[in-house]
Amino acid sequence: MSAVLDTHGHGDHEHGDHDHHGHGPTGLMRWITTTNHKDIGTMYLWFSFIMFLVGGVMALVIRAELFQPGLQLVQPEFFNQMTTMHGLIMVFGAIMPAFVGFANWLIPMQIGAPDMAFARMNNWSFWILPFAGALLVLSFFTPGGAPGVGWTLYAPLTIQMGMGMDLTIFAVHLLGMSSIMGSINIVTTILNMRAPGMTLMRMPLFCWTWLITGYLLIATMPVLAGAVTMTLTDRHFGTSFFNAAGGGDPVLYQHIFWFFGHPEVYIIALPAFGVISQVIPAFSRKPLFGYASMVYATSAIAILSFIVWAHHMYVTGLPIGTQLFFMYATILIAVPTGVKVFNWVATMWQGSLTFETPMLFALGFLFLFTLGGFSGLVLALAPVDIQLQETYYVVAHFHYVMVAGALFSAFSGVYFWLPKWTGKMYDETLGKWHFWLSMIFFNMIFFVQHFLGLAGMPRRIPDYNLMFETWNKISSIGAFGFGLTQLLLLYIVLKTIRSGEKAPQMPWEGADSLEWTHLPTPAPHHSFETPPVLK
Amino acid sequence: MASKSRIHAARWAMAALLALISGTAAALEWYMPVGVTRLTQEVYTLHNYVMILVIVIFVGVFAAMFYSVFAHRKSKGHKAAQFHENTTVEVIWTVVPFIILIFVAWPATKSLVAMRDTSNPDITIKATGYQWKWGYDYIKGDGEGISFLSVLATPREQIEGTAEKGEHYLLEVDNPLVVPVGKKVRILTTAADVIHSWGVPAFGVKQDAIPGFIRDTWFRAEKTGTYRGQCVELCGKDHGFMPIVVQVLGQEEYAQWTADQKKKAAAAADDPNKVWTMDDMKARGQKVYESNCVACHQANGKGAPPAFPPLDGSKIANGPKEAHIDIVLNGKANTSMAAFGKQLSDTEIAAVVTYERNAWGNHTGTLVQPADVKARRK
Repeated sequence: MSAVLDTHGHGDHEHGDHDHHGHGPTGLMRWITTTNHKDIGTMYLWFSFIMFLVGGVMALVIRAELFQPGLQLVQPEFFNQMTTMHGLIMVFGAIMPAFVGFANWLIPMQIGAPDMAFARMNNWSFWILPFAGALLVLSFFTPGGAPGVGWTLYAPLTIQMGMGMDLTIFAVHLLGMSSIMGSINIVTTILNMRAPGMTLMRMPLFCWTWLITGYLLIATMPVLAGAVTMTLTDRHFGTSFFNAAGGGDPVLYQHIFWFFGHPEVYIIALPAFGVISQVIPAFSRKPLFGYASMVYATSAIAILSFIVWAHHMYVTGLPIGTQLFFMYATILIAVPTGVKVFNWVATMWQGSLTFETPMLFALGFLFLFTLGGFSGLVLALAPVDIQLQETYYVVAHFHYVMVAGALFSAFSGVYFWLPKWTGKMYDETLGKWHFWLSMIFFNMIFFVQHFLGLAGMPRRIPDYNLMFETWNKISSIGAFGFGLTQLLLLYIVLKTIRSGEKAPQMPWEGADSLEWTHLPTPAPHHSFETPPVLK
Repeated sequence: MASKSRIHAARWAMAALLALISGTAAALEWYMPVGVTRLTQEVYTLHNYVMILVIVIFVGVFAAMFYSVFAHRKSKGHKAAQFHENTTVEVIWTVVPFIILIFVAWPATKSLVAMRDTSNPDITIKATGYQWKWGYDYIKGDGEGISFLSVLATPREQIEGTAEKGEHYLLEVDNPLVVPVGKKVRILTTAADVIHSWGVPAFGVKQDAIPGFIRDTWFRAEKTGTYRGQCVELCGKDHGFMPIVVQVLGQEEYAQWTADQKKKAAAAADDPNKVWTMDDMKARGQKVYESNCVACHQANGKGAPPAFPPLDGSKIANGPKEAHIDIVLNGKANTSMAAFGKQLSDTEIAAVVTYERNAWGNHTGTLVQPADVKARRK
């Protein structure tokens, strides 16, 4: 790919620092009123980092209580509130907004567009989030506290909860609205605002994964909204959707929830795949292997994700035919996922590899995500799952996918694009420290949880038998190490912004998408006012 | 038996493999139990088979990646090739995994079909999940008619850390479920309040207990002994404190046990027409309170507001006794306050109401008789 610089005239007016643009409000008002995709992307990323710390503290409360058998720090009710809010905040407050932040920053630049399609709606879809986050946190201060029902919000336990449950329901509504608006914006931008010559099959894979994620969000968020609304009316308006005494069925909730919940897994994973598909080729100095098959595999995963939901429900007593169908469909997902892993490894094969922090996190992702995929295959087998369902094995499995998968990929993306965003280089040594400490502590927390699950320790319990003590101790120590390590990321980012060295025009010689080849570093406030010329 | 030795060989192979990874002593619990039913052993073998397959593929893929990481470095002067597709390779690595997966799905299907076949049981027992205990009713087969509740037996002091924790900490109950060895036991699960889940890893059994619905599962224990499990579906505050203990007895011991149970039940049955004195009623009530109410309302009657209101000084415990009896009988909608009408006898409810109205700072002086409770039942 050519590395021709083309700032299209606008670059003349830039002062090298996109924070001081010539017009519009300044200070706080700038952030409240902004319609600029980069400002909004920045806000998404900071919001997600703050929620990541909040959810992380909750995880540490859980791990501190589980450090040894017996009840030491918190009471069981509060422990349940912690597991619930940790899950909700991490999924909806940290991981999802992080990737929407990436989408905002990168999609217009990668397809050669000036901004997002609906710039004002973009502002709104961000500014809903802090209110939703506040509702979640506020629920702790209502009588009875936050709901202690798990992030899955299973009926009919939800019926017993106090007012905190209602706040959580409204928070989920708001988060859903934000996601739907965000994804409509992304889909419209990708379909309508590509530069001439940027055909769909020439788009960077990150845009492809987000295009498909956008559809998944539009299809599933209303389903989740339906599930929580039915919970709300069961609680207050005398309906019996989930109450057998009134003709309903508690298991109906689980079907509706997981019809959202399984695609949700891929809503989180696909953009992560997208980031990895940008980073690995860049540091291999070699084009992505099997671009077309990556696109097809991503689509196949998205379609399959709609027909596997009941593998979360193997022990609810579904008819055997249903169980078999969901088992086969789930196993089938291993095929396109395998294709992706093989493609990434083949991209590295015969490349010219270097191992800066983004690449390290990408390799960490590849290694651990695959491990999480394999434990997923084990869980997909219904007879084995009946032993492992609702144990720590499941907890270990989905944290390999969510943390070592999605979160590591987000870290990789942050280090990869930080020079483009800020115009400055991060501290490579500290970045490597961040990677290695995260890697070691992550496995310390979660690898041993496989053993706990195999030995039969149920999840979501505040206290346990002595035979589980050793693994829990190791896991808890790892958790505190992992938590502290993330403060290092904050330090690295702040240090980059304040005193990082000026980034070269092309910090990564293998990067080849438009934001690197056709825009200066740092990226100007407005990306492409005239479309770039693609050969 | 050939299958047994295969299981053992697989177990040792797995132990060696995973000990390498974990580097830990064998004394630690870190792997799936072999179990004492044919189905658990099948699941165990299936799990080993998949694990070995997975480890082989994992090692293969990452051997390629790490070879690349070491050999194809820029620092070693490796120049990047520019290939970016190869249809043959891509077809192979789509089709081969597909075929491997068929070999995984086949044994899984066989085990699942066997697991779900609950037909022709020797004994049928209903397990009912309550917040937070299990109730067992022997519905059919030897022991028919036996019925009891099974509550955590670990003392509060061990949980709070003022007493040394025993070997079966949190995995011990007052009345374990008792079944005979070698018989097909069908467990029907249901729940009174929220979803619970009944499971014993050594039997390879786990089945959600869903309020308003009956689900079933089965096991045939091949060895006598005591086997332990826990509720595995989050069911509120004391989800972690409602274990499942199953005692598998030999045929004769089981027959003896059922006979004892029936005698005990006959002896313990309260005469519903008996008129009690205040002191007897309070003493009985305190026992009922300690096994049913103390988890939420606390021994000192102060509760844990606002979710679990205090009884000491409460309006209900100091108001008309009818309202008090009603709430114990029928529970309170949309809260954790269960309806005890079906769990406790008239005498027990009368006793606990009397106790609550005359304990701590409550001095109503009311003595509730079993007949009063009977009159409030609808």
